Amino acid sequence: MAELRRPTESGVPDPFLYMHPTMKKNYGHWAWHDRPRPGVLRHVAESGDQIWTVKAGTARQLDVYTIRQLCDIADKFADGYVRFTTRANIEFMVTDESRVAPLVAKLEGDGFPVGGTGNSVSTISHTQGWLHCDIPGTDASGVVKALMDDLIHEFKTEEFPNRVKITTSSCQSNCGGQGDIAINIQHTKPPKINHDLVANVCERPAVVARCPVAAIRPALVNGKPSLEVDEKKCMCCGACYPPCPPMQINDPENSKLAIWVGGKHSSTRSKPAFHKLVIAGLPNNAPRWPEVGAVVKKILNAYKADGRPWERMGEWIARIGWPRFFELTDLPFTKYHFESWKGGRSSLNASSQVRF
Amino acid sequence: MAKPMPNTPNLDQLESGPWPSFVTGLKRLAQTEDKPYANMMKDLLGQLELSYQTRKGYWKGGVAGVFGYGGGIIPRFSEVGEKFPESKEFHTLRIIPPAGMHYDTKTLRFFCDVWEKHGSGLIALHGQSGDIMLQGATTAKTQDAFDELNIAGFDLGGAGPAVRTSMSCVGSARCEHSCYDEARAMRETLNSVMDDMHRPSLPYKFKFKFSGCANDCVNATHRSDCAVIGTWRDDMQVDQAEVKNYVKKNGRKWMIDQVITLCPTKALSLNDDDTLAVDNKGCVRCMHCINVMTKALHPGKDRGATILVGGKRTLKIGDLMGTVVIPFMKLSSDEDREKMVELGRTIIDFFAENALEHERTGEMIDRIGLPNFLEGIGVEIDPNMVSQPRTNSYVRMDDWDEEVEKWNQRKQTKAAAR
Repeated sequence: MAELRRPTESGVPDPFLYMHPTMKKNYGHWAWHDRPRPGVLRHVAESGDQIWTVKAGTARQLDVYTIRQLCDIADKFADGYVRFTTRANIEFMVTDESRVAPLVAKLEGDGFPVGGTGNSVSTISHTQGWLHCDIPGTDASGVVKALMDDLIHEFKTEEFPNRVKITTSSCQSNCGGQGDIAINIQHTKPPKINHDLVANVCERPAVVARCPVAAIRPALVNGKPSLEVDEKKCMCCGACYPPCPPMQINDPENSKLAIWVGGKHSSTRSKPAFHKLVIAGLPNNAPRWPEVGAVVKKILNAYKADGRPWERMGEWIARIGWPRFFELTDLPFTKYHFESWKGGRSSLNASSQVRF
Repeated sequence: MAKPMPNTPNLDQLESGPWPSFVTGLKRLAQTEDKPYANMMKDLLGQLELSYQTRKGYWKGGVAGVFGYGGGIIPRFSEVGEKFPESKEFHTLRIIPPAGMHYDTKTLRFFCDVWEKHGSGLIALHGQSGDIMLQGATTAKTQDAFDELNIAGFDLGGAGPAVRTSMSCVGSARCEHSCYDEARAMRETLNSVMDDMHRPSLPYKFKFKFSGCANDCVNATHRSDCAVIGTWRDDMQVDQAEVKNYVKKNGRKWMIDQVITLCPTKALSLNDDDTLAVDNKGCVRCMHCINVMTKALHPGKDRGATILVGGKRTLKIGDLMGTVVIPFMKLSSDEDREKMVELGRTIIDFFAENALEHERTGEMIDRIGLPNFLEGIGVEIDPNMVSQPRTNSYVRMDDWDEEVEKWNQRKQTKAAAR
């Protein structure tokens, strides 16, 4: 057998080797920017150099033919350089305004929608789902495809009070992250345990330790070491499933989708905020999840109609209050909207300030 | 005879509509009969269709890796491999992209060629941690694919209880808001902890993220254990002539409604001559007014970063935002950035020694208290670290006078340094 090659521990590659020359030249010396149209940014450098960025949506999960097609477009229309955003948008850069329109036309013609800038719904950040994850309750790429088909107008225009970041997650670990709107799996039944496999597959103390509510304990089942779940304590989060696959949490009927709103990462105006539950119990209805799309659109329409300029989703709701939010979106308010976790009391209304 | 395409009635429904379809991409790979991955992708489509029908996932972890490293490959073995034998091994290589995710087409084409030769032809740009994800290698091909990429200057990212691949915003490369050299700070910090990325031995994952300003375009505050967020400590730069132009163009009502009253600390006021008055002592560097008037307003000149520690998602104690640990740090010179590198190492070392198994930094800090964490990493306390002092009197404070003395000494030291 040939000797194995030791890796070169080179770490993060130097971006200057791959950067558009105008960005390299003006690195750290940009003066201002504007958005000539949705999907296009113009940045002006202190040197007077200008660069137009055309942003387009992708499926994120890309086959080599699509990547080469994007490379062909970059070579012919945009100096042979691209960059990607954290939300899987691709950006092409040109230094001459006259090259913007042909590039936009080419992208649109080839099926890559141009948009995702400013006060639009940008591409949904998502996880792996059924395609590649080991614990998914639903798909990710498929949910995003179905939703973005529905929201294509919102991607290509800038009609909201501020930007809208949507995320999806195929389990309650929520790798999709906080969002103005987050669409996440919410399990509703405790794990079904395959007791024949636990002893061989799972490190039992680690699984016991993983449970956030101490509902799991070691047990002897049918003469074999296994685990049991106190189903009164279990809140069906699925945290035991990754370290112990025989504790099957995913359930075709009872793993539902929940929608959360008002998450925000930036410290701009208001401090960063977590998204809050607005609706649960939506069916995991592959391949197009129409019930989810309908609620997302309802929330977006209310925000678009009622939000003031620059208000993010959560800031809009903070101004109008939750009673009005549930009224405008026609969504039910239930006992499950009350926080029951540690520190939950701080989310109660400790005042006589009430909205009518 | 060629292996037939699987019947995929559910997936077929994801090929219509205006958004780019990943299913169409998967099918294109499956139908390229002269490539080694065609049959693999047929079975992958078959398994995915099965998931759509049963609403269950069929991938399991296991062991796959490359020589010399303990992580960076996400092993995937199919639970239904008997039905779909060609895709029964479908591992992912996590590859660290250039900081800021810049590419020339030559490099992207190179990735395609490598992945066509050794993998499935399916590449995700990018995963949620910021990796290039080359999805779909057999155990046997994983090493070959990595060797080609590594020789060309690309390295594996993090997975498991390790330092994870980081992200920095576009920053200095194309943004006037940039308050430090994000890409450089990210590279220098990360490249100093590669051992902890490639040989997972921490209590749990550890993430760094680098944003050039409070807009936090890489979502560092919540999505990283150590968030480096650009800011400045002198006065914001105001071009009053440009302010007047904005007012002239958009009107006073616009200026008042969209700029002045949206300042979270009421630090702005419109003067009678349509210039802007800024209370820089009250300004919290939130970026709102600068975002609105990009031509007139800019961050100050004495720039650096605020560092927050402890952000994470739900598991196990609930969501945590990162909280301020270093209110301001210069990141301009090599010496400044070396301090950042040292801070990163110190935090990771403290985490490695003090966190419980499967505990994130935020949970560890929640358990031991921020003052103890600060003492552990040698950072002095600062009122910028709290949104308000305690409201509960249940605390023992018989060394109050000594703590006051520490505060007074810190104040003197700071005054002397000025």
